[in-house]
Amino acid sequence: MRTLAIMNRVIKELLRDKRTLALMFLAPILILFMLKLMFDTNSTTNITIAAVNVDGGIRTELKATKHVQVETYTTIGDAKKALKNETVDAIVKQTGSKYDITYDNTDSSKTTATKMAFKNAVATNDLSQLKSTVELLAKQSGTTMQMNNGSKIKVNNHYQYGDADTGFFAKIIPILIGFFVFFFVFLISGMALLKERSSGTLDRLLATPVRRSEIVFGYMLSYGILAIIQTAIIVVVAVWLLDIEVVGNIFSVMLINIILAFVALAFGILMSTFARSEFQMMQFIPLIVMPQVFFSGIIPLDSMANWVQSIAYILPIKYAGDAQTQIIMHGDSIFKLGLDIVILVIFIIVLTILNIVGMKRYRKV
Amino acid sequence: MENAIKLSHLVKKFGNQIVLQDVEFDVKVGQIVGLIGPSGSGKSTVIKIALGMEVGDGGEATVLDKKMPNRELLGQIGYMAQADALYDSLSAYENLKFFADMKGIKANQVTDEINHVAQVVDLTNDLNKRVSGFSGGMQRRLSLAIALLGQPQLLVLDEPTVGIDPALRRKVWTELRAIRAQGRSILITTHVMSEAEQVDEVALLLGGKVIAFDTPTQLKAQYQVASIEDVFLKAEGDL
Repeated sequence: MRTLAIMNRVIKELLRDKRTLALMFLAPILILFMLKLMFDTNSTTNITIAAVNVDGGIRTELKATKHVQVETYTTIGDAKKALKNETVDAIVKQTGSKYDITYDNTDSSKTTATKMAFKNAVATNDLSQLKSTVELLAKQSGTTMQMNNGSKIKVNNHYQYGDADTGFFAKIIPILIGFFVFFFVFLISGMALLKERSSGTLDRLLATPVRRSEIVFGYMLSYGILAIIQTAIIVVVAVWLLDIEVVGNIFSVMLINIILAFVALAFGILMSTFARSEFQMMQFIPLIVMPQVFFSGIIPLDSMANWVQSIAYILPIKYAGDAQTQIIMHGDSIFKLGLDIVILVIFIIVLTILNIVGMKRYRKV
Repeated sequence: MENAIKLSHLVKKFGNQIVLQDVEFDVKVGQIVGLIGPSGSGKSTVIKIALGMEVGDGGEATVLDKKMPNRELLGQIGYMAQADALYDSLSAYENLKFFADMKGIKANQVTDEINHVAQVVDLTNDLNKRVSGFSGGMQRRLSLAIALLGQPQLLVLDEPTVGIDPALRRKVWTELRAIRAQGRSILITTHVMSEAEQVDEVALLLGGKVIAFDTPTQLKAQYQVASIEDVFLKAEGDL
């Protein structure tokens, strides 16, 4: 079996290439861990607001808001100085019933938080004023008001997925798992076949009675095994080390990733035929790999223009990302994701055929 | 079967550039034929067509009585390219084993075959070393050993003795003559003119044409010079 002999050889070469192994197995873990650190701070934004001539009521309400600090300034000039020095994030200036708010706006989340806090403060302040006015009127007219003070409204939050600490990281992780598998397998398989071509071993290989398909399948098998190990490691790290909740079956997650790995593999081998050196292979990254990131669903596709959305349909990672999200966050069974899987398999078949035919460039039979 | 290789009216173009125009020569069974010519004369293209890597735009290439390209037939051809084309991270033995598998050599013969070719190129003691630690000459020898695997009916050798020291070169030629004695055929390209003296027939390729094809003795008489090197220079000057 020539396919198996090629597979054995490729695996043997890979096992002796410690750097590549580290890249495939350790780099994704490292990146996932760093992403976790960055996104998992659960974004509490602390803001400091400079109040100039602001009514005591609103000031009190602002102060009572969580993560908001209020500094009182007597002149707008001092407040502006403070804004410039970044000691405050916004200035609220009151002139009669008019409020002027100046935002530092170098951090949009702080601007949004300030807007929210101010709006709430005004609303609560109005409400308490209204309440005291009503009470006053009631007293004047001699009627007793039955104020509904006894039963305070209580809100209980329930989470379909995750808990109160579930942040952006949880949303992107299913897609990121797929992306890592795609990226590393694409790059390394492409490079491997390229090296085989530039060193002349591909010519020598093709000067034996080996079938073109046996070479392609040999590569698919060896890198397939590698991708399975890589996927298992990434998924395990994501689930246990980074504490990502997988609602669905963890093996379904792995299966989707392995199918995606085969797409990446066939894709990498195909692109390597268009590259003349390792560096030219790197040049495909902005062209092939980056679009996969943008259209994978990390940025919600619904918010994009229609024609932009349709680009996503030709990118394999969209289907893997969709399927992955359904399994991890919504707990779908793999059998409900037939369409995604079928499309990914079609990608594999088409790319593999292209690879086998494409190798005719190097040998005519 | 009379001819191991028969090339007739071979034409090959790459785009507008005509690389071969009407190349015609043959390698008879049990013969060593030397293909000589300056760089860029189309030697590698001739070899590629004979192996079925490329297809001519005109004419015909027949190898061991079969029209090329023909995948099955490659099992009976031993090919050694100019580049050493070895897997660096594998040992010499692993390289040989891999190509033996690719050539379809029977499992029970593989070890014997490997031992035999390793002995021919004097690598028996280095079989378990990795190729990355080999010197240039050792890599060249391993490359030749791979071509010799499976006792192919036809050997196509592109510059086989570059970077091999004189003692070993002599040994290689002894082996090539032994192969010829077994009725197997060899097509060899070389830049070493003293080697060209040792072949049965020389094909002189110049400007995409075979301008002379004869025994070294005949060629020297025809050009009235003392060595193949002078034939080469004179022929190039005439063009």
